Amino acid sequence: MSILINKDTRIITQGITGKTGQFHTEKCIEYANGRNCFVAGVNPKKAGEKIFDVPIFASVKEAKARTGATVSVIYVPPAGAADAIWEACEADLDLAICITEGIPVRDMLVVRNKMKRKVAQGGKETLLLGPNCPGLITPDEVKIGIMPGHIHRKGRIGVVSRSGTLTYEAVAQVTELGLGQSSAVGIGGDPINGLKHIDIMRMFNDDPDTDAVIMIGEIGGPDEADAARWCKDNMKKPVVGFIAGVTAPAGKRMGHAGALISGGADTADAKLAIMEECGFKITRDPSVMGKLLKSLL
Amino acid sequence: MKIHEYQGKEILRKFGVATPRGIPCFSVDEAVKAAEQLGGNIWVVKAQIHAGGRGKGGGVKLARSLDEVRQHAGSILGMQLKTHQTGPEGQQVRRLLIEDGADIKKEYYVAALTDRATQKVAMMASSEGGMDIEEVAHKTPEKIIKVFVDPLVGLTDTQARELAEGIGVPAASQAQAIDTFKKLYTCYMETDASLAEINPLILEGNGNIKALDAKFNFDSNALYRQPEIVAYRDLDEEDADEIEASKFDLAYISLDGNIGCLVNGAGLAMATMDTIKLFGAEPANFLDVGGGATTEKVTEAFKLMLKNPKVKGILVNIFGGIMKCDTIATGIVAAARETHLSVPLVVRMKGTNEDLGKQILAASGLPIIAADTMAEAATRIVAAVK
Repeated sequence: MSILINKDTRIITQGITGKTGQFHTEKCIEYANGRNCFVAGVNPKKAGEKIFDVPIFASVKEAKARTGATVSVIYVPPAGAADAIWEACEADLDLAICITEGIPVRDMLVVRNKMKRKVAQGGKETLLLGPNCPGLITPDEVKIGIMPGHIHRKGRIGVVSRSGTLTYEAVAQVTELGLGQSSAVGIGGDPINGLKHIDIMRMFNDDPDTDAVIMIGEIGGPDEADAARWCKDNMKKPVVGFIAGVTAPAGKRMGHAGALISGGADTADAKLAIMEECGFKITRDPSVMGKLLKSLL
Repeated sequence: MKIHEYQGKEILRKFGVATPRGIPCFSVDEAVKAAEQLGGNIWVVKAQIHAGGRGKGGGVKLARSLDEVRQHAGSILGMQLKTHQTGPEGQQVRRLLIEDGADIKKEYYVAALTDRATQKVAMMASSEGGMDIEEVAHKTPEKIIKVFVDPLVGLTDTQARELAEGIGVPAASQAQAIDTFKKLYTCYMETDASLAEINPLILEGNGNIKALDAKFNFDSNALYRQPEIVAYRDLDEEDADEIEASKFDLAYISLDGNIGCLVNGAGLAMATMDTIKLFGAEPANFLDVGGGATTEKVTEAFKLMLKNPKVKGILVNIFGGIMKCDTIATGIVAAARETHLSVPLVVRMKGTNEDLGKQILAASGLPIIAADTMAEAATRIVAAVK
């Protein structure tokens, strides 16, 4: 099994006709069951056309109605990306995955509060993964996002991270050791996002086909510490933890919009200490994440 | 993106927040003229640099005559102002703000910033104005009042009153304080700020509320729709190498060590820096070439790293995904040749077309040291520079 997505997931691509959207949609269709999973694209100006044999609809609502898709992936450029997220939410999808990097924080604040208000008023909850994330993959079933498919292998290890290439690093280590991934999830490097470490840890904990998890974080924000505290009381599976940015200076934005030390509690050292206290097996050497995890099985 | 205090006050005034009258100046003569123009018999001469803590560092002085204005302006302009935020070398003062003296009865603190945990805008206020707010938060956290603002609703009267009462604004001035907080919130949202801080916000003898300082930081993702904010950018206050890097869409930050590193992806770049430290050396920079690195971009990245005289070796760590290892390898070879690379270079490549990439490096005839893991790469570069 897996979390969030599997070979039966049906997916709408928002921004399918843009350069990035086209490039990655083609790769996702080629991966495992992608041909059957990617059933619709959205572009109001190109409704009725097809791309990679995938029909294009005028809106997410229509795409959902016509194909039964429940998940969308968003490659829309930054200025329109928050609106695209809201469109997925208004269409009552289960999950929207936003790959786009560079969305203004104010736009994310507004759309996140609209999403929460909708749920508070009794509306259906649409989960959001990202923005500024690589997406997620359930190996040998479906890949939604920009990660290289070939480094993955079906298995029983969960991987969750804020960073793209660092997720790939962990995935490759797990694959090389002859293990594999149940699902690998990139939650994204932005300060205002959807699913957080704690949400993904809950899902891996509940997934009968995940045996252990690698949780990767970085400097800035409270998310890793929140997840660690939750795991202390609830997590039934071993967790390996790594935090990037021990050498990052305070007050400097390290590439990711959200990777910024703003106080004493969001440094890499502070997060590593909390994770260790909460029972994670932590490492300061990212080369051994896989080996360390194997030793816990 | 940061701006100067005088620019921050211009923005505040635009949103209706009261500030002292002031004039920015670039020379001593301009400073004296500004004081004459403002009139009165007491002025404040304030160094304009992007770092905080200017007062303690000697960058803010009171003048009681035009001669004193001339004297202070002369000593502050051009000085290397050192504060806890500038680093040991300090920052050269190129601009001054000459301002009316204020009749300060009480100093408060107020700020707006984005709260990641609640995904709302936090408005924070304190009775302990004029001090370092982190120190207040540490020593007397009860003296900081916080409200969380839903951006769909805005700062409500109830919330604004909670702040004003919480920090002890006298009843007669509360309406003005509430109005100021609401205007600050509007200003924060409409300018796409990531921080808008007034410290101190003062109560004058006559009961008026005024912003005596202004510190702003703006969301770089939103600058495309804030041309007026972008016009405030002062490149003299920014790191020259970081500006150069941004022209090539490289994320670069100078650090103090001697191992340059070039990585794709922000998380992996930080992890690479950490690994260098773990194996006994210090990184000279953070450098993320991003997902779409070309030969040109890699060459520029090499040039940037090599501009730093402290760099004694370079570690390249690439995880090829969409970006193929052979593309990067071609870029590395071209860059090493173009820059006549004379320091040791360790390359670790993983992922898409890894073998092709390694072949290109080996066939180049350049003395490139290969490594399989990040740990191995760090060990090798540390050994090579010793």
